[in-house]
Amino acid sequence: MVALPGVDPSWSTFTDVPSTSGADEPGTVHRWHYLDNGAGRDGEPVRGTLLCVHGNPTFSYLWRDYLAAGRAAGWRVVAVDQLDMGYSARTGVLRRLADRITDLEDFVAAVGLDGPLVTVGHDWGGVISLGYANRNRGSLVGMILTNTAIHQDPARPIPALLRLALARGVHGPGTRTTSSFLDVTLALTRPRLVPEVRRAYKDPYRGTAARHGIANFVSDIPVGPGHPSHAALATVAEGIRSITVPVLMMWGPGDPIFSDPYLEDLARRLPHADIHRFEGAGHLVQEDADTATTAVEWLDARFVGLDAPAAPTDRRAEDAGYTPLGQRIGDLAAGPDGTSTAVAEMSADAAPRTLSWRALEEDIAAVAAGLSERGVGPGSRVSLLVPPGVDLTVLIYACLRIGAVIVVADAGLGARGLSRAVRGAAPDVVIGIERALLAARVFGWPGRRISAAPLSSARRSALKVEASLEDLRRTPVAVRPPAGDADPDADAAILFTSGSTGPAKGVVYTHRQLSAMRDAVERTLHLGPGTALVAGFAPFALLGPALGATSVTPDMDVTAPRTLTARALADAAAAIGADVVFASPAALRNVLATSDDLPASGRADLGRVRLLLSAGAPIPVPLLEAVQDLLPAATLHTPYGMTESLLVADVDLAGIRAAAVATGAGTEGAGNGVCVGRPVHGARVAIAPLDATGAPGPDVSTTPGLTGEILVSAPHVKDRYFRLWKTQQLSAGTKPWHRTGDVGHLDAEGRLWVEGRLPHVISSPAGVITPVGPEQVLEQLDGVRLAAVVGVGPTGTQAVVAVLEVADAGRRPRLADEALTRGARHAARELGTELAAVIAVPRLPVDIRHNAKIDRTRVARWSARFLAGGRAGSL
Amino acid sequence: MTVLVTGASGMLGRAVARQLLIDGTPVRTFQRTPSGVPGVEDRLGSVDDGAAVRNAVRGCSGVIHLAAKVSFTGVSADFDRINVEGTRLVLGCARAAGVRDVVHVSSPSVAHSGASLIGVPAGPADPVRARGDYARTKAAAELLALAGSTPDFRVAAVRPHIVWGPGDTQLVQRVIHRARAGRLPLLDGGTALIDTTYVDNAAAAIVACLDRMDQAQGQALVVTNGEPRPIAELISAMCRAGGVAPPRWSVPGPLARSAGAVIEHLWQRAGRTGEPPMTRFLAEQLSTAHWFDQRHTRSVLDWTPAVGLDEGFARLASHYRR
Repeated sequence: MVALPGVDPSWSTFTDVPSTSGADEPGTVHRWHYLDNGAGRDGEPVRGTLLCVHGNPTFSYLWRDYLAAGRAAGWRVVAVDQLDMGYSARTGVLRRLADRITDLEDFVAAVGLDGPLVTVGHDWGGVISLGYANRNRGSLVGMILTNTAIHQDPARPIPALLRLALARGVHGPGTRTTSSFLDVTLALTRPRLVPEVRRAYKDPYRGTAARHGIANFVSDIPVGPGHPSHAALATVAEGIRSITVPVLMMWGPGDPIFSDPYLEDLARRLPHADIHRFEGAGHLVQEDADTATTAVEWLDARFVGLDAPAAPTDRRAEDAGYTPLGQRIGDLAAGPDGTSTAVAEMSADAAPRTLSWRALEEDIAAVAAGLSERGVGPGSRVSLLVPPGVDLTVLIYACLRIGAVIVVADAGLGARGLSRAVRGAAPDVVIGIERALLAARVFGWPGRRISAAPLSSARRSALKVEASLEDLRRTPVAVRPPAGDADPDADAAILFTSGSTGPAKGVVYTHRQLSAMRDAVERTLHLGPGTALVAGFAPFALLGPALGATSVTPDMDVTAPRTLTARALADAAAAIGADVVFASPAALRNVLATSDDLPASGRADLGRVRLLLSAGAPIPVPLLEAVQDLLPAATLHTPYGMTESLLVADVDLAGIRAAAVATGAGTEGAGNGVCVGRPVHGARVAIAPLDATGAPGPDVSTTPGLTGEILVSAPHVKDRYFRLWKTQQLSAGTKPWHRTGDVGHLDAEGRLWVEGRLPHVISSPAGVITPVGPEQVLEQLDGVRLAAVVGVGPTGTQAVVAVLEVADAGRRPRLADEALTRGARHAARELGTELAAVIAVPRLPVDIRHNAKIDRTRVARWSARFLAGGRAGSL
Repeated sequence: MTVLVTGASGMLGRAVARQLLIDGTPVRTFQRTPSGVPGVEDRLGSVDDGAAVRNAVRGCSGVIHLAAKVSFTGVSADFDRINVEGTRLVLGCARAAGVRDVVHVSSPSVAHSGASLIGVPAGPADPVRARGDYARTKAAAELLALAGSTPDFRVAAVRPHIVWGPGDTQLVQRVIHRARAGRLPLLDGGTALIDTTYVDNAAAAIVACLDRMDQAQGQALVVTNGEPRPIAELISAMCRAGGVAPPRWSVPGPLARSAGAVIEHLWQRAGRTGEPPMTRFLAEQLSTAHWFDQRHTRSVLDWTPAVGLDEGFARLASHYRR
C-alpha cells in the first residue's frame, strides 16, 4: 500500500502479471502497482472502466483526481504504474513502445478488465493507450487524450527540451543519474506544485536505480525513421484513423514539448474528437486545470457507457431557406448593375480604389481558384491578417466560396493576445500584411504564408512567404471552383472575441449561420441593393457585399477606431454617396471631436446619411444627441450583440427615449440598466434568473423585471467555441439557448435591459445587485465622470462599493469627501442599494477597444485591497 | 422568570437591563456600583466573590453575563481573575442554582489574530493567538462557557463588535476628546472597512439570544449593525456628533503599530495607570478591515438591527447637544 496526499490508501494495489512481451524471457512475472477506485467491487453497477496510462516521468499519481471523480459518476478507474515506473517492478530490460503496448494488454488481462473500456492517456502514455485502443477495439467505448503526440512531422524540429534530454552527455545524467528530467517536468506546472505533491511525484524515483525507466523512455522516443520504435509508432498513428468511438482531447497549450501542432495532428487523425484547450495550462494539464471533472462531464454528454438517446430532432435551421453569403455578388455582377461600384477603399494619399460588382466577382473567382490550386479547400483554416478594405473583402468571399474557414482576430488584442489566438486556431494558411507576417515569423505561428502585397524575393524568403495575393489571382487554372458549392453546415468562420473578459475565444460560425446573420441585418435595418454604406466597423462592415450594398472603408487605422476623423468619414460618404454609416462608439467620439474641421460640403455629405449603426459598447444618450446634430437626417441605431451573436436586440434614439418615458411611467420592469431594445428579426431572448449567490439557474423565464443571465436563440447564433468543449457545454447547456454571460431583464413591453456582466454581479446579504443601474444613477452626480459599482468580500455577504472617476480626484485614490459620499449613498439607496464605501479615483480602467467598458473585476480586486487597510497601490 | 444581568453599570449592560424590562422581564443586576437603571433590583458585588455571586443568581431563570475587565492595558493576573475565573464562578453558581440559560457576552477579538477580517463568520475562540490580555482571557472564558453547555444548562456566546452609543465612555468619548485636542490621526487614510454595533442593537441581540436558546445553545455569534464603513467615516461621524472637527491627518498603519507598541511599553514602565494614548492593539484595530458575515447570526437569533448607523449617529448627536 502506498500513502500519498490526495490518494485514498485503499486505491493502492499490487498484483503479479505474467508477461508475454518479447522483451522478457518466457514465464517472466512482473509485479505491477496500480490505483483502483474499486467501483463495482461490491456489486454496484458501473458504466465501465477508465484505464489511465501515465507518461514519462510521472506515474499513476497523475490521475488521482480521476479516481475520485470517476467513482462519483459510476466509473471504475484504474491507473497503472507502467513497468520500470512508479512503484511497479524495475525489470532491468529496455522496454520499447511495442513492448509497453503488450505490457498493458498483459495487465488488463491479468486484472480482468473486460467491460466497456475508455483509454485515458498523457504524454508517452497517450501513445501507449492509443496502441492498446487500436488493437483492442471490441471493448473500447471512448478515448481521452491529454498533452501527447502520435507523429513527429519530419519537416518540424523535435521539441527543444526533448532534443536536450536526448543529447549525448545529457541523457544519462539528465534522466538517470540525477533527477533533472523529473524536476524540469514538475517545474512546468502553473502555478507551481505545492511541496507535498511535488514530493509525491518524486517518491518512487529516489536513487539512480529507480530512474532507469525514465532514461529508457526518453531514449525510446522515435526521433527518426531509423529508430527501432518508429514502425510501431507509425502503425498506431495510421491505425487510429479508423477509430470511431467518442474522443476527448484536453490540452495545456503552454507545453514546450507537446504543443499545438501535435494537437492539430491528432485532431486530423480523429476529426470527430471533442477538444478543450485549457488556456494558461501547460504540460501537466492534470495539475494545472480540472481535467477530471471535465472528463466526467464529457463522458455524460457523449453518453459513453450509456444508451445514447435518439438523434436530436432539432433541425429548425435546416428548414429555413439558405442563400450563400456571397450569392448576391454574383447575381449583381450578372445583372444590369454589374458595372456599378461594389466596394471602395479610401486612402490618405491616393484616389479611392474601387471595384464594380463584375470586377469584384471576377477577383473573388480568381483568388478562389488560386487558393484552390495551392491545396486550400473545404475545412482549411485561413487566418486573415489584412485590414478591412477591398483585399480583405475579396479574400473573405474567395475563402467562403471554396469552403475554407476564415479565421479573424482583431489586432486590438495586442501582439501576445493575437499570437495566442492565431496559434490556438492552428491555421493552414496565414494571409497577411507584411507586419503580420513578420509576427508570424517571430512568434513561429503555424501555417503557410501568403502576403497581401507583393514582396521582394529577399523579403519573401526571410519571412518564408510562398506567394502573394497577386500570385493567387494570376494562377493559371483549368476550371475555376464553382460558387455556392460549400456545405451550408460546414464551418465557415472563426471570429475571436475581444478578450476583454479573459483570453480571446474563437467563435465558430457555419455558412448557414453567417447567412442568417446577413438576413438579420437586412431585415432589421432594411439594407440591401441600392444602399451605400460606410463600413467603419468590423465585422458588420464585411456584410456589405453580402447585402448587395455598395460599401466603402474610410481612411483610418482600423486597429484604433479612435483614428476616424469627421473629415475621413465625410470623404468616404461622398465617394459612394453613402446613406448608411457603420461606426464604433469610440470612432464616433473622435468624429465629434474633429467635427469643427469639417467643411460645409462635408456636412452636406453627412446630412444625406439616413441610418447610423454603432455597436460594441453602450453609448450614452448625450453622445447620441451630439451625433444626431452631425447626422440630422439619420436614425441612430445602437444594437446589442456579442461575437457569439452579432445582433441580439436593436434600439434607436427614439426607442431609448421611449424607454425612459416607460420607466418614468412605471412600466413593469422598465429601468435599472441600459435599454437595448427588442430582439432583432429571427432572435428570441429569455432570462435565466439568478439565485442568492448571483449564479444563474437552469430555469428560463420571460417574466418582466426578473433579473438573470441573458439567453439568446437565433439562427445566427454561433455554432460553437473553437476547441473549448467545456466552455461550449456551459454556454449551450440550456437548449436551444446561448448563454451570453450578460445579466439583464425584460420589461412588460418586450424591451431588454442590460445590467452588466455575470462575473460582476454583487451578492450582498440584502440580495443580488447588478452594477449598471446604480452606476447610471451615480454618473448623474455632479463631478462624476464614470462610476463602477463592485462587491468586496465573500460571495453572499459582499459589501457594495462605489468607485467614482471624478474630475478633481488628485493623483491618488482616496475616500470620497463627505458631500459626494452622502450624495452617492442617497442616490444608491433610491434603488435599494446600500453602499459601504465611496471611493474617488482619477481614472477607472476601461477596455482598449471601446474605451468604455469598465474592467470591474480589476476595480473589485483593487477596492478589496484598498478597504482592507494598508497599501492598495494605484488602480 | 427573573434574569440576572452581570456588569449592568456599563453602557451595554444598562441597555440590556432596559431592554429586558421593556419586554416585561424582571431584572436583577450584579456589579460593584449601582446600575442606575430604574426598575431593576441591584445587587452589588464583584464576580470574584463567590458568596455574593451565589446570592445573586439564586431564584433566577436566566443569566446574561457581561461583567468583565475591559481595557487595553493592565496587570495580566487581574484579567485572568475577573474574566476567566469570574466567568467560571458565575457559570458554576448558576448551574448549582438551577438556572436554565446563560448568555455569555464575549468579543470578536477572541478569534482575531491581527490579520484583516473580511466578511468572515465567527471563528473559533483562540486564547493562544488572541492579541493582548483582554482578548486572551475573554477567549478562555468563552471556551469554558460554551464547553459547559448542555440541553439542561444552555450556554450561548454573543460577540458584539465595537459597541457605541450615547453614554459611551470607551470609544466615542475618547475619539471626541482626542479629536478636540488635535491628537487623533487616521491610520492609512482610514480606509479599512469596520463593522460596529449601535448599543441598542447589541442589547436587543443579546436579549433575543435568551429567547432562541434552542437554536443558539453551544454557539458563538458575532453581532454587528451589518453596515461596514471605512474607519475614517465612522470617526468623522462620531466627531461631528460630538461637535468637534474630524481628524485631517493620517499616519501610516505600520508606523502607528510600532509606535503603539513603544508607547504601551513606556507607559507601563513609567508606572502610569489608565489608558495610554495608543497601543499596538488599538493601532491594529484601526488600520485593518474587520467586518463580518451576519447571515448565520441573524437567522439563529431571528433578529435584525432596528437602529441603522445614520439613525444611531443622529441619536448620538442629540445626546451631545443636550
